[in-house]
Amino acid sequence: MAEEKKTIRKKIQAADTMNRIMADYFHELNDAAATGKRKVAWCTSVGPAELLQALGFAVHFPENHAAMLGATRMSTDLIPAANAIGYSPDICSYLTADIGAYLKGITPLAKAYPGIQSVPKPDVLVYNTNQCRDVQDWMAWYSKKLGVPSIGITSPKNVNDVTDAHIDDVTRQIEALIPTLEGIAGVKLDMDRLRETVDLSRECTELWRQVLETAKAAPAPLTFFDGTIHMGPAVVLRGTQRAIDYYKILLAELEQRIRDGVGAVDGESSRIYWEGMPVWGRLRQHSELFANLKSTVLASTYCSSWIFPAFDGNDPIRSMAKAYLELFIVRSDRYKEKYIQGMIEKFRIDGIIYHDAKTCPYNSNSRYGLPGRVEAETGIPSLVISGDLNDLRLISDEQTKTNIEAFIEQIAEGR
Amino acid sequence: MTTPVFVGLDIGSSRTKVAVIGADRGVLGHAVRKSGTDFTATAATCLDESLEMAGRGRGGIAGAMSTGYGRANVAFVTTQSRTEIGCLSRFGRERFHEAITIIDIGGQDNKVIKLDGEGRRASFKMNRKCAAGTGAFLEEMSLRLDIPIEAMDALARESTEMVKLGSYCTVFSATEVLENIRHGKKVPDIVKGLFYSVIKRVIEMDSHDGQVVMTGGVVAHNPYIVEMAGEMAGRPVVLPEFPQLAGAIGAALYALDEADSSGIRNNISAGENDG
Repeated sequence: MAEEKKTIRKKIQAADTMNRIMADYFHELNDAAATGKRKVAWCTSVGPAELLQALGFAVHFPENHAAMLGATRMSTDLIPAANAIGYSPDICSYLTADIGAYLKGITPLAKAYPGIQSVPKPDVLVYNTNQCRDVQDWMAWYSKKLGVPSIGITSPKNVNDVTDAHIDDVTRQIEALIPTLEGIAGVKLDMDRLRETVDLSRECTELWRQVLETAKAAPAPLTFFDGTIHMGPAVVLRGTQRAIDYYKILLAELEQRIRDGVGAVDGESSRIYWEGMPVWGRLRQHSELFANLKSTVLASTYCSSWIFPAFDGNDPIRSMAKAYLELFIVRSDRYKEKYIQGMIEKFRIDGIIYHDAKTCPYNSNSRYGLPGRVEAETGIPSLVISGDLNDLRLISDEQTKTNIEAFIEQIAEGR
Repeated sequence: MTTPVFVGLDIGSSRTKVAVIGADRGVLGHAVRKSGTDFTATAATCLDESLEMAGRGRGGIAGAMSTGYGRANVAFVTTQSRTEIGCLSRFGRERFHEAITIIDIGGQDNKVIKLDGEGRRASFKMNRKCAAGTGAFLEEMSLRLDIPIEAMDALARESTEMVKLGSYCTVFSATEVLENIRHGKKVPDIVKGLFYSVIKRVIEMDSHDGQVVMTGGVVAHNPYIVEMAGEMAGRPVVLPEFPQLAGAIGAALYALDEADSSGIRNNISAGENDG
């Protein structure tokens, strides 16, 4: 197997547009906090962002900020600061990196976006534990530190089928947030605006689905690693027209790649599904490792977790509840296995890589026998790699490389 | 006339192993040295030693393949490489013609590799980011106990009442060992306990299908571990010839395969009769 070759990564041209709209987003957020013209809400990634947008909040997503800390490889130096105040190195390294960054007065936003000095000071913190319990603890720390309220939704977990009872529960919890949020925002909720926001979110995530599904083509025009970057607008700008406009541009470029027969990886010889979190500080290395092996990691649970078919402006709050519950991370292993099997078929996958992220049990689906069950059902081989989303101390690059190379060898030999 | 040979270089985290095989796949020469800090120089020394044993010079190399941690550091002889897992599988496929599970205990990594009856790799697992159950664990304990690593096998065989160590962790195990010394436990019983700990970690990594085969430097130098593994697994465990060279031999076999597929070997075979 060839080694240490120079890989030329193919740039997605739309990235420049994305960088511009992301910069606008962060500057607007900064202005909102600096001038006080708009109230600022911090929201967990699949929290009730639509409600916050409709109430006029500028919305900051701490998980997005933590991912930036990871991608810039700042996190490993910051995590110990949170460890030192009692937040264990074994818990979510998004949480510890983000709190560590706050304690040290550091943010990657300052380097990326001149004029921004810090994360925007919140007026309210809003969580949804559909991701994990850690997001609630994360917001609780800031609540005490900054003296702002932390409110949210306690989500059902390990759900097989999302039932009316589940949806009723979360709907009531969303409704219960409204009076507090109205009080902080200083406006009454305009239901028409909420309907419009939910419809925009729906359109955004539908386009994001189409973007990801371009990878059904062989060769696939984009990789999982591209996806982790280009999902930015779907995470922080869902509910806005800007995100929709962006994904139309990106989709057109990827469709053109398909027409031209251009793959993200030259000579694509195997197609891989990635289950679990990205290793943010190793995106480039992993992208190049697979490209050198002529293997495309082209679909993932992670990037697909921002597709919300349930959003419906005709029934905005209830459809939000349904969307937040239908999320992969909320579901039972029985559901997850069927979901992954569907993805294997849809994207014609040759092998699955499960990332067992040391500090993220909720996004590590290799710990309760799931890979073996999926493999027995589909015959598609799988590999579990040990690592982490943000704490690079938990990563052995050489072991990861050997494992992945051996896995791709195994797939090639199995043909 | 001398016939060309095929070379496999396994540059491991602890030891560098080189194997030279002939066109008939028999091992003609081999060498093992500590990898040290200059992988390239160590590999070159091992290469020349093993070629000398085979009665050849570097000019006689018809193909070479590298593997192991330092596989990219031997460009002076080859830029072709395969993973250790691939090479161990190739070794297993050559030597065994049945479904096997290879348990390899290396200096830094453990591997459990399953091959089906046709020699196809069905699955593999490596240890997680942890030295438990690796050669590094025994090296650490040898230092702590001030017992030469090569003396451990004989000591363990003298054990009458093995000490059980419960922890996963090398550091915690060291504490347990100290505790046992304080309580007056005999050194052979502690050493056997260390062997048991290594085997247990590796055996527990995966299920075992077919014939179980153990490879790697740890079992090459401590064959008692293989006997103990057989007792623990409740089935015979095979220690093949050249267990420490398994990866290097697999790499050499791949080099020979490449020569076959590119037609080089046919040209070689036309002129050989002593292979």
